[in-house]
Amino acid sequence: MNHRSVIFDTTVRVVFDAAIVLSLYLLFAGHNQPGGGFVGGLVAAAALALRYLAGGIDEVRPLLPVRPWTLLSAGLALASGTALWSVVTGHAPLDHEAYGLHPALLGDVKVTTAAVFDGGVYLIVVGLLLMVLEALGEGVGEGVGTGDEEERS
Amino acid sequence: MLTALVALHAVVGGGVLAASRPLGRRAFLVAGLAPLAVVAWGATQAGRVLDGEVVTATTAWAPRLGLSFDLRLDGFALLMLVLVAGVGTLVFVYGWSYFEASARAGRAAGLLVLFAGSMLGLVLADNLLLLYLCWELTSVTSYLLIGLDDRDPGARAAALHALLVTGMGGLAMLGGFVVIGSEAGTYRLSDLLAEPPSGTVTSVALVFVLLGAFTKSAQYPFHGWLPGAMVAPTPISAYLHSAAMVKAGIYLVARFAPAFAEAGPWRPLVVSVGLTTMVVGGWRALRPVDLKQVLAFGTISQLGFLMVLFGLGRPETTAAGCALLLAHALFKAALFMVVGVVDHGVHSRDIRLLPRLGPTWRPTQAVALVAAASMAAVPPLAGFVAKEQAYGALVHGTAGERAVLAVIVAGSALTVAYSLRFALALVRPDLVRPVRAGEPGSDGHAPSPAFLAPAAALALVTVAFGLFPRPWSHLTDAAANALDHHAHAHLVLWHGFTTPLALSALTLGLGVVVFALRRARVAGAVPADTVAAVRTGREGYDRVVRTVLHGAARITALVQSGSLPVYVAVILATAVLAPTAALLAGSWWPGWPELVGSPGHVPVAVLLVVGGLAATTARRRFAAALLLGVVGYGMALLFVVQGAPDLALTQVAIETLSVVVFLLVLRILPDRFERTTPAVRAVPRAVLSVAVGLFLTTMALVAAGNRTSPSVSAEMVDRALPEGHGHNVVNVILVDIRGMDTMGEITVLVAAAIGIAALVRAGRPPRPVPRWTGGRPTEPGDDAP
Repeated sequence: MNHRSVIFDTTVRVVFDAAIVLSLYLLFAGHNQPGGGFVGGLVAAAALALRYLAGGIDEVRPLLPVRPWTLLSAGLALASGTALWSVVTGHAPLDHEAYGLHPALLGDVKVTTAAVFDGGVYLIVVGLLLMVLEALGEGVGEGVGTGDEEERS
Repeated sequence: MLTALVALHAVVGGGVLAASRPLGRRAFLVAGLAPLAVVAWGATQAGRVLDGEVVTATTAWAPRLGLSFDLRLDGFALLMLVLVAGVGTLVFVYGWSYFEASARAGRAAGLLVLFAGSMLGLVLADNLLLLYLCWELTSVTSYLLIGLDDRDPGARAAALHALLVTGMGGLAMLGGFVVIGSEAGTYRLSDLLAEPPSGTVTSVALVFVLLGAFTKSAQYPFHGWLPGAMVAPTPISAYLHSAAMVKAGIYLVARFAPAFAEAGPWRPLVVSVGLTTMVVGGWRALRPVDLKQVLAFGTISQLGFLMVLFGLGRPETTAAGCALLLAHALFKAALFMVVGVVDHGVHSRDIRLLPRLGPTWRPTQAVALVAAASMAAVPPLAGFVAKEQAYGALVHGTAGERAVLAVIVAGSALTVAYSLRFALALVRPDLVRPVRAGEPGSDGHAPSPAFLAPAAALALVTVAFGLFPRPWSHLTDAAANALDHHAHAHLVLWHGFTTPLALSALTLGLGVVVFALRRARVAGAVPADTVAAVRTGREGYDRVVRTVLHGAARITALVQSGSLPVYVAVILATAVLAPTAALLAGSWWPGWPELVGSPGHVPVAVLLVVGGLAATTARRRFAAALLLGVVGYGMALLFVVQGAPDLALTQVAIETLSVVVFLLVLRILPDRFERTTPAVRAVPRAVLSVAVGLFLTTMALVAAGNRTSPSVSAEMVDRALPEGHGHNVVNVILVDIRGMDTMGEITVLVAAAIGIAALVRAGRPPRPVPRWTGGRPTEPGDDAP
């Protein structure tokens, strides 16, 4: 923990929030513009990975109220739930439906069940990376054997 | 209504399982309402069905796949209903007394009612695939019920044994069903049996179906799981392993035999397996000292008998089979219940330790005697009426059938012998006990009337069936008629002085002789402890399991060398060699395409090539990872040039994440690659790498140049907005058009995440438990081996 760089730390914190917002934008815009659950998830995962590089797993854990595997299962449940929903409503699996909504101030909004499915993909991508981080353990440059240190000097 | 009754079992089962703790043993009374409802409804329909009408119900399930819940209640299904729901209701009443204060009572009741529902679905199913589904559900619930005491390793092993054997048979059966279904062009059982397919393919499929029936009904040589399953509490044995589940195989054979008995290997196979089972089971039943084991082998023997009768597929034998099916369920369930009652009072069911029961036990003994006598086919009981029917059906048959009859008489004599042994163990245990047996305990406390009532009710029905067979005759007649239009079962107690009667007398006489000879041997030289060593049929299973595990270990050691370079080499070599062979076999070369599409391609291509070459020559791992990143970003650039921002975005995100993950992993690897790689290893690697590159280039050119039908992408673009509701075609493809692919991929991702976590953490103690040593926190992984 003593090797933390103030500049890196600060930069990461600034970039992190922006990256998460970007990832959410990509997730929701994805159906009509470049983006989607997969890309959004990747961006969010990259942001989380940066936090990990800055401060290790202790930096990442407080960011989320749930454990990585909860995220994974929630994602899978969302995705398969969407697939089943279309079966229940009498369509082929994953035959998505669009619902037009007209909330105040926002004008016409079209909500499709595809967005829910994409949300599942997003959660799974983020969950996958968090699983890896959790597995790799504490922060960079600590504990775990670092190989031939002498060659670096 | 039929569908609702099946669903009721699922609902009640789920509810009882959820509320098992507060309910305790009352769970049995709640759960028993489900089979009771079936009995009540069955009673209202009985009149119609006995007159030959058929009640059907169909609920669409997946119409596009031709799957539906087709339920059909005919005469034979009604007979099975009596076993499943009628005996079932009594079993629930019995279970209420049996599980006095057991913590597992609620769980047992919930699972039992789920089993009852599955069994109900099985006997009512009019669709092969639905039948298969219910079949497997009974296997699974049976697994859970045998292993009810999950702390007992013996129970767990027995449960697994039963599941593996019946599951294997079930899979074989599914294969047979699919073949028969496609040969017949329908999976509807009633249509299929009305116009059965024929031919070699059907014959082979039938063998597979029979494999399922044989494993389920514990036929030789798959019988080993049934004695093992006796570790389950007695209500479960009485229901699953005598009255209901083990009859599933018999049920299937009974349904199929009239249509398929003439086909190929059916008759020789079923009859030989059934006869072997009958005799082997009967012989083995003479040895065990555990009363439940005696009954288990007796059940195996009787199932063999039923298998022969139904398997022959002649109207007369089918009719006799229906009678025996009913009689067997009545007496065998009663016998199991009595064993449970005695076990509760005396705390033993070991013949060597059973005390002589006192006068308070008279009612229990009476029930046991009636049921055992019915098993031995003593007149005027149900077993006798049924067996007379069987003898009568075979005695007037062909020469082959008379040979079958001879074996059946021998098997029945063994039945008489073990019935006698069982009955005496409860009445005069000193007569069947080996000389140097253990010290018998006290005769405990006699059962409460409520505990004995279900068994007594079954015994009463056994007597009524024997003395007044006419009402039962209606049921068995309708059942036989539903299977085979020519089959009629008119049960009567007294046929006059006929050959079957003589054979019955002969059977009883032979049985007593066998018992006497056997007793002389047991009471003589054989020490008490060796009597317990019975061949249960488990040995073969153990050997198979051992061989499979051993073989799996050897194959794993062979293919999983543990070296990452070897794995990668194998994967790449396969990827190159297999399609290359196909490429060389034909002339696919489309000629060189336009190499430079737009001026923007040139700088990007240079960047890619330089990055790629630099990555292979880099000395430091970190530099190599970054250079790979350069290649990746170069690809993203290429996508931009081609006008695919979506792909470019994804590519950039992936590259960024890859570099980050590389960083994470590289910190635990040496900084540099090994300095000198010996030529022995370097040359093959270089060759393989170049081959992969060449192959991919060629493949890309060939694949792109050999389009034979128009691309689907145009249609996808057209349909994305109206049907997928999205402007981004790529995303619509991912979540809608090819949504199932994505579904599969994310499932793989989840599996990969779990795999990564397991691999990285393998061998490390559970985290996070930081320990503090001298002020410096240490990683738990530090001292990991």
